[in-house]
This record gives sequence, structure tokens and C-alpha cells, in this order.
Amino acid sequence: MMRAPASEDLGQRTPAPPAARPRAPRGVRLRRGAPLLFVLPFLVILVVFGVLPLVFLAWISLHDWHLVNGDNGFVGLGNYVALLGDPNFYNALWNTVTIFLEASVPQVLLALGIAALLNRPLRGGRLWRTGILLPNVVSVVAVALVFGQLFGHHYGIVNWLLGQVGIAPIAWQSSFWSSHLAIAVMVIWRWTGYNALIYLAAMQAVPKELYEAAALDGAGRWRTFWSITVPGIRPTILFTVLTSTVGGLQLFTEPQLFDSSGVAGTGGDSRQFQTIVMYLYEKGMGTLDAGYSAAISWIVFVLCVVFALVNVGLVRKLVRAA
Amino acid sequence: MDATTARRWRTLPVYFALVLVTVASVFPLYWSFVISTSDNSVIGDRTPALLPGGHLLDNLAAVFDAVDFWAAIRNSLIVACTVAVSNVVLASLAGFAFARLRFPGRNSLFLVVVGSMMVPAQLGVIPLYILVGELGWESKLQAVIVPGLVSAFSVFWMRQSCEESVPAELVDAARADGCSLLRVYWHVALPALRPQAAVLGMLSFMAAWNDFFWPLIVLDPNETPTVQVVLSQLASGRFTNYSLMLTGATLGALPVITLFLLLSRQVINGMIGGRFHA
Repeated sequence: MMRAPASEDLGQRTPAPPAARPRAPRGVRLRRGAPLLFVLPFLVILVVFGVLPLVFLAWISLHDWHLVNGDNGFVGLGNYVALLGDPNFYNALWNTVTIFLEASVPQVLLALGIAALLNRPLRGGRLWRTGILLPNVVSVVAVALVFGQLFGHHYGIVNWLLGQVGIAPIAWQSSFWSSHLAIAVMVIWRWTGYNALIYLAAMQAVPKELYEAAALDGAGRWRTFWSITVPGIRPTILFTVLTSTVGGLQLFTEPQLFDSSGVAGTGGDSRQFQTIVMYLYEKGMGTLDAGYSAAISWIVFVLCVVFALVNVGLVRKLVRAA
Repeated sequence: MDATTARRWRTLPVYFALVLVTVASVFPLYWSFVISTSDNSVIGDRTPALLPGGHLLDNLAAVFDAVDFWAAIRNSLIVACTVAVSNVVLASLAGFAFARLRFPGRNSLFLVVVGSMMVPAQLGVIPLYILVGELGWESKLQAVIVPGLVSAFSVFWMRQSCEESVPAELVDAARADGCSLLRVYWHVALPALRPQAAVLGMLSFMAAWNDFFWPLIVLDPNETPTVQVVLSQLASGRFTNYSLMLTGATLGALPVITLFLLLSRQVINGMIGGRFHA
């Protein structure tokens, strides 16, 4: 790599030939490799702490591996076979997917709506933007703590509000749907403003002529939004759906701390809100079964790729229909 | 009614909706602050407390009494500051090279950068934990710092920033004058990148400060507590004092909120790509 041909040299407009300089031979050789040196620290970190662990992960998943005592021998696909017969795995997977959908669909629609509101001449533009971005800077742990209280059974504000319209207090943690709803609200609260600003940025780039043409055709606000704005920002919607898929499949802190037993919890009495990363944590750090935990990770990794592809296809189709 | 008044009336629902959204965004944080200034008993009141009380200092004392918050703040500051500085330095070096220099394998390497942004990082924790154990870093701060020194996102961010604000002609001209690469980086690229570097530094600081999963796994809460891990202990059910919990949450969120408010203009402009002049 250090001996790239001269045409690859960086100093494209170097007036004097390098050979004319006294220190030329050493200088030139250094220079060809120099840009790689700029990238090197990043590459080292990426390979050592990003790529190697993923390869190692596959290796561990093929072994009976105790987190502390180490390798207890090769078991082939044994961990995967056990996993496919494990009802808790399917339960965690189902919880993850349903919470992801309950959080993502309203979040995208809300964010689109807010972006549309902000995408017009307004007073105090920066104030609104700062306000809606604020939830995103607060740590997930703090969010889980605050919302855990807001959704408290006896004294929570949510139940108090429901009580004002005559609804009996709900034990949010105790059932499948109520716990999912509460967790989805935490995710929605933290990410909607962020996505709205990203959509807003994209909306600003939609060509004005398209709107003028729509206005000439007599299209109303609603119709213009769905047939000009939304298709115009399709790549951005795709981007946010992809990132929220990656985030959604990793959901851990909100549900883990929503369990009253804290980080030792398993997502409620009957695992009604245990997500896949919570299960991975329980197996890896709780029962110290690293091999099994690695098999879970590897399957989720494959699922991530599949989900991302499905999502992209789905959003494309939806936007084209609109 | 003249045209201006008519328009004002039509935008009224818009402002109303925006007020609702903003209140929903800010209320949980405000309420957390209110509880952190109140006696634990207000949580049992028939109507929720909505105004700050006078117990902030008592609650703060109780938090520092219950957990080692000083050590947690110190550790989190060490981690977050180191990670912020190193992300800015290392990512601006790499981003500058990706955007403005030519070297063999540049494009395929950049594809790796983009690809690795799509991989869920939490899935690698088990092998990472074993690796860090082999290095002898278990329950030491470098276990959290070193893997976070520079992220693919930071490199991506800095490359985009270079494309936007470091003119290629200027780099070429400096090179033609015999400027070394490092000098071009220092005197041409870095000054032009200052606003984006500030935002990246803030984002990296916040990500490191707010990180929970990896510190929870690899650090020892008694030896090397971080703010988020300590907060999760307050929530673990060993404590049932709600004002204590939310005092901790408010305290832990304060540095990032302050930082964000200080840099909010740059952050929002950075996100919206400078197309705004509000």
C-alpha cells in the first residue's frame, strides 16, 4: 500500500517534481502512505472492538462457554438447537417486535405531523425546535426512572389523569398490553422530536416548484402533503426507519428498569415485557451461559438484517401507494 | 377582517399544537425537577405536585448518602470528556482523509464505515466482555473509554462536514505550497470544521455520559460507578423513596441538558444542514 504508483500521489498539483527536492525519496514514500495513517486509529478501534468481537461471537456460540470459567468444549449447533426450542426466546422476540411496532408507527406519523407544523413561517422557530429535541438528550436511565413514576400504580400522574375521567387505576407493569404501551410511550417521547427535525430538514429541500405546481392544480394542504412532501422525503423516512429498527431490536434499558426489581429483573412476573437484549443479558450475565447468549446475539444480528430489508421494502411500497 | 388578521387566526391552531407538543416534551423533566425539590410524601397527595418545594438540599444530601454519587460523577466526567475529545480528534483526522485525500482502498473502507453504523453494537457485548477480561481491564474505566475512542458515526459525521466546509481547492493549494498533510489538517481543515467539531464533541460527550448497558456489564458499581449505573441502583427497589430517585435522575440529566442548551443553535443547525436562518 505504501508503494502506490505515482499517479495515486496526493499532491496532484505539485509544481516541482518531487525528485528535485533533497529529501525526496523518503518524503514521497511517507506521503503516499500518510493518508492511511490518518485513518489508522479509527481502523484499529473498529477492528479490535467492532469486527473481532463479532467473529469471536460466532465462535463462542458454537461452544459450551461459561462466562467466567471459559470454554467447555465444542458443541456445534447445540446452542442454536436449544434456542429454537426455548419458549422464552420466542416470547422475548415477540415482545421486542411488538414493542418496536407500537413505538415506531406512531412515532413516524407524529414526527411527520410535527415536521409539517414546523415547516412554515413561524415565530420562535428555534424555541420549538429546542423544546422538542430536549427529550433526546436525557439518558434512557433517567427517562425510565421518570416514566416509571408517571406510570406508577397508586400515585402516578397517568392513573390520576385517567381517574379524572372515571377510569380505575391500571397496574401498568402487570399485563402484556399495558406494559408494552408504557414502554412504547417512553421510546416515542425520547425519539419523536429528533425524527421530526430530521424530517423537517428533508422537507426544506423539497423543490418549491413542486408545491407551486400542486397549488396550480388546486390541491389542498392535506393532498399536497401526502403526494408531494412525503414522497419527496422518502429517503429520509427510510433512513429513520432503518435506524429505529437497529435501535428497536436493541431495546433494553426502558423495559429492564420498568421492572420493579431493577436490573436483576426479567421483564415482569411472567416475562410479559422481556425483550431480546434483556434475555441475552439474563443468559450471559445472569446465568453466565456465554455460548447460549452468543447464539441469541447471532440470531438477532441476522434478524436485524432481515428486518431492515423488510422495512425498506414496506416503506417504499407505502410511500408509492400514497 | 384584513388579510393579516385572517392569517393570524388561521395559524392559531398551529401554535396551539406546537405548545401541546412542547409541553409534552418538557413536562416529564419539569415534573422530575418538582419531585426532586419535594418531600417524599407529596407523591402520595391526591392531586399531583406541580410546583417546586423546598426540600432540594435534603434530597441532594440523601442521594449522596445513599450512593457514591461523587465518584460516579467523577468517573462519568473522565469517560465522557476523554471520549468527546478523542472522537473529535480521531474522527476529524479520518474524516478529512476520507473527504479530501486520495489513498488506495478509500472508497471500500468508507463503505465499511457506513456498514458498521448499521450493526447493533449491543450484540457484541459478550465477546467484548471476554476480550476486555483478557486485557485485564475488567471494572477499570479504560474498558469503557478505549472501545469508544472513535465511532463510525463520528467519522461519517466528520467526512460530511469536510465535504461541506473544507474547500478542496484550498487543500490542493496548500499542498502545492509544500505544506505537509498534518499542517494542512491543522491550519486548513480544523479551523473550517470548528462548528461541526463542537457539535460532534457534544454528541459524543452525551452518548458516553448516557451510556448504560456496557458500563453496567463491564464496570463494578462499588469500584468504578458511573452516573447511569448509580441511577439504576436508585431504581432497583432497594430504595422506595421516589423523591430520592428523581433527584438522582434530575442531577444526572443536568450536565447534558445544560450542554445542549448552550449549543442548541449549533446542534439544530447541524441537524438541519445549515439551511435555516432563523
